[in-house]
Amino acid sequence: MPQNEYIEESIRRHGRRMDHAERKRKREARQVHKDAEFAQKVHGLKAKLYNKKRHSEKIQMKKTLKMHDEKNAKQKTDDAVPDGAVPAYLLDREGQQRAKVLSNMLKQKRKEKAGKWNVPLPKVRGIAEDEMFKVVKTGKSKSKAWKRMVTKPTFVGDGFTRKPPKYERFIRPMALRYKKANVTHPELKATFQLPIIGVKKNPQSPMYTQLGVLTKGTIIEVNVAELGLVTTGGKVLWGKYAQITNNPENDGCINALLLV
Amino acid sequence: MPDAAPPILAQFQSADGQRTGPPLSLPSDVTPEQLTILINSFLSHDDPRPYSFYIDDTEIVHSVHADILSTATRSTEDTLTIVYQPQAFFKVRAVTRCSTTMTGHTEAVLSVSFSPDGSQLASGSGDTTVRIWDLTTETPRYTCRGHAKWVLAIAWAPTGRVLASGAMDNHVRLWDPATGEAVGGPLTGHKAWITSLAWEPLHINPKGTRLASSSKDGTVRVWDTTLRRCLFTLSGHTAAVTCVKWAGDGRIYSSSRDKTIKIWNPDGSLYKTLAGHAHWVNTLALSTDFALRTGATDHTARKPESEEQAREWALERYQAARGGAPERLISGSDDFTMLLWDPQASNKPVAKLCGHQKLVNHVSFSPDGRLIASASFDNSVKLWDGVTGKFLASLRGHVAAVYQVCWSADSRMLLSASKDSTLKVWDLKTKKLKIELPGHADEVYAVDWSPGGDRVASGGKDRVLKIWKH
Repeated sequence: MPQNEYIEESIRRHGRRMDHAERKRKREARQVHKDAEFAQKVHGLKAKLYNKKRHSEKIQMKKTLKMHDEKNAKQKTDDAVPDGAVPAYLLDREGQQRAKVLSNMLKQKRKEKAGKWNVPLPKVRGIAEDEMFKVVKTGKSKSKAWKRMVTKPTFVGDGFTRKPPKYERFIRPMALRYKKANVTHPELKATFQLPIIGVKKNPQSPMYTQLGVLTKGTIIEVNVAELGLVTTGGKVLWGKYAQITNNPENDGCINALLLV
Repeated sequence: MPDAAPPILAQFQSADGQRTGPPLSLPSDVTPEQLTILINSFLSHDDPRPYSFYIDDTEIVHSVHADILSTATRSTEDTLTIVYQPQAFFKVRAVTRCSTTMTGHTEAVLSVSFSPDGSQLASGSGDTTVRIWDLTTETPRYTCRGHAKWVLAIAWAPTGRVLASGAMDNHVRLWDPATGEAVGGPLTGHKAWITSLAWEPLHINPKGTRLASSSKDGTVRVWDTTLRRCLFTLSGHTAAVTCVKWAGDGRIYSSSRDKTIKIWNPDGSLYKTLAGHAHWVNTLALSTDFALRTGATDHTARKPESEEQAREWALERYQAARGGAPERLISGSDDFTMLLWDPQASNKPVAKLCGHQKLVNHVSFSPDGRLIASASFDNSVKLWDGVTGKFLASLRGHVAAVYQVCWSADSRMLLSASKDSTLKVWDLKTKKLKIELPGHADEVYAVDWSPGGDRVASGGKDRVLKIWKH
């Protein structure tokens, strides 16, 4: 047990050894290698603790670097004219959604005719029938195999009535049915949970479109009434197309991007 | 309906309560046209004047029987008092089509204004320019560059020889509409952007040289545009000033986000503070606004020969618009109400106009001062009595916030501009939508009906200026 702060006392009296700075620099330079060696070697609970500590250290480091970057970055010149001019009576009003919300109905109609959209996900992974459908054996001795169960999420419209189960070829499981999608408006940069109106096109096959299968890349029609979009004619717009951007069968939810 | 209309006993009365002629026995299917002939003969006018007739504040549109007696509030036994109101001599035809789409601005059009005589058109935009348009060919004429930021407000001098513009860069600039050149440099002094501009009325100063500008920095500055300096600064508001008006008696009215309206004497001292609103005051309107704006010009297209004559004519028109009573003031606020003031008489509002469900963005008196229209963010335009403040009608049809309203010069029609990209023309006789004008591709920020009534100009976020005509 130290009687007093004798080290500090010694340093104060005699100074440090001549090569102190050099040794210190070398030790610090060596430290990263030592840390790396330790990080590779360590395992078990110690590794877990060490990684957690290192993770938070790295976050702190990144933040510091960013702060320095911001400090060094040149400030935007004050005389640049910002976009999105608004009249004096709309200045300082909060909750203004400053983005182009109008749709061009004509353009949308033309695209619809050609069956082509300029979509965010132009290519999709092909899904074979045996991945999409599970064969359900029927008959007394389970010898018939004409029934299929859809193994992907589906949208089933409100007015859908089942055929008699005996003759129903495709089963769309209740647990995989969806009515709502999380739709992001690309210009408003905001996400809304909107009811699905229908499946416009499933790029895999027209049959999947008919069945209302929701896979990545499917174009769905969503109800945008609550977004308050208007047409150029001044009518409230309610149906708009969106493309699914996630794999609903993996995620348990539907994320989509509004096509504007 | 019975075959023979039962007779009614009717007494004509003018708007200020004077009885005209003896009580008459009239058939109850008498129409407003027949009543007009009667009242013209009573008042012994040489050339017949148009009138509208009211019984218990209900207008007679078809006949007394159809409009009054069939509603069963009055019977044929009563003596009915028919109040007659003179209408404008001329009729403005409703705009029905877009005659030109004028491109040129590279950012949203924030303000549009016709000159007082309706012969010139200017627009201010977010692309930092003011543009002056040629109305005969409907093409761009001059582009006035000078501001460094969005041009928020423009205002024509009552003489029509100078155009003022106020911008986000805190400057007020003056332009010569004949050449498109700037008149000198900027008028500097404000510390924040300009929200509104108002020129001194023509009948006070026939040269029309003084200009008031309100700013976000909470002050109103009065400029002498010939000496090019600030005459005085009206500072008293504690928050941004939203609107400034120069009244016909020389006083300046300013509304502010500090919930008050202040009235300033012509020498710059504070005359009165009107408090009553519970939130920001957004807009002001005077009952004489139209007469003050148009100055000496009226529907007969006469031209004054001298400044003195222009002053006389302007004063005549101002007196006629006031009609013997002092000017009334209406203020619209973020607390969803409007207050009607008689500022000369009292510090208390005459009436509180409740009914809107969202903030009131713009209010406007009709050119004859008898009606008030208010535009609100609750998608509706509401009509109110200009004297008592009584609610008259709600004009619904827009599907998004209504930004601006604008009256036709004869007070028979109203135009509203909305966020839903349309303009709508409302008929005030039927209180219904008359014509819908789609065409803009985005929100409509500014609209103006020319004082002559022949065309409407509108501009908005889609960067084009549209001219609408009959």
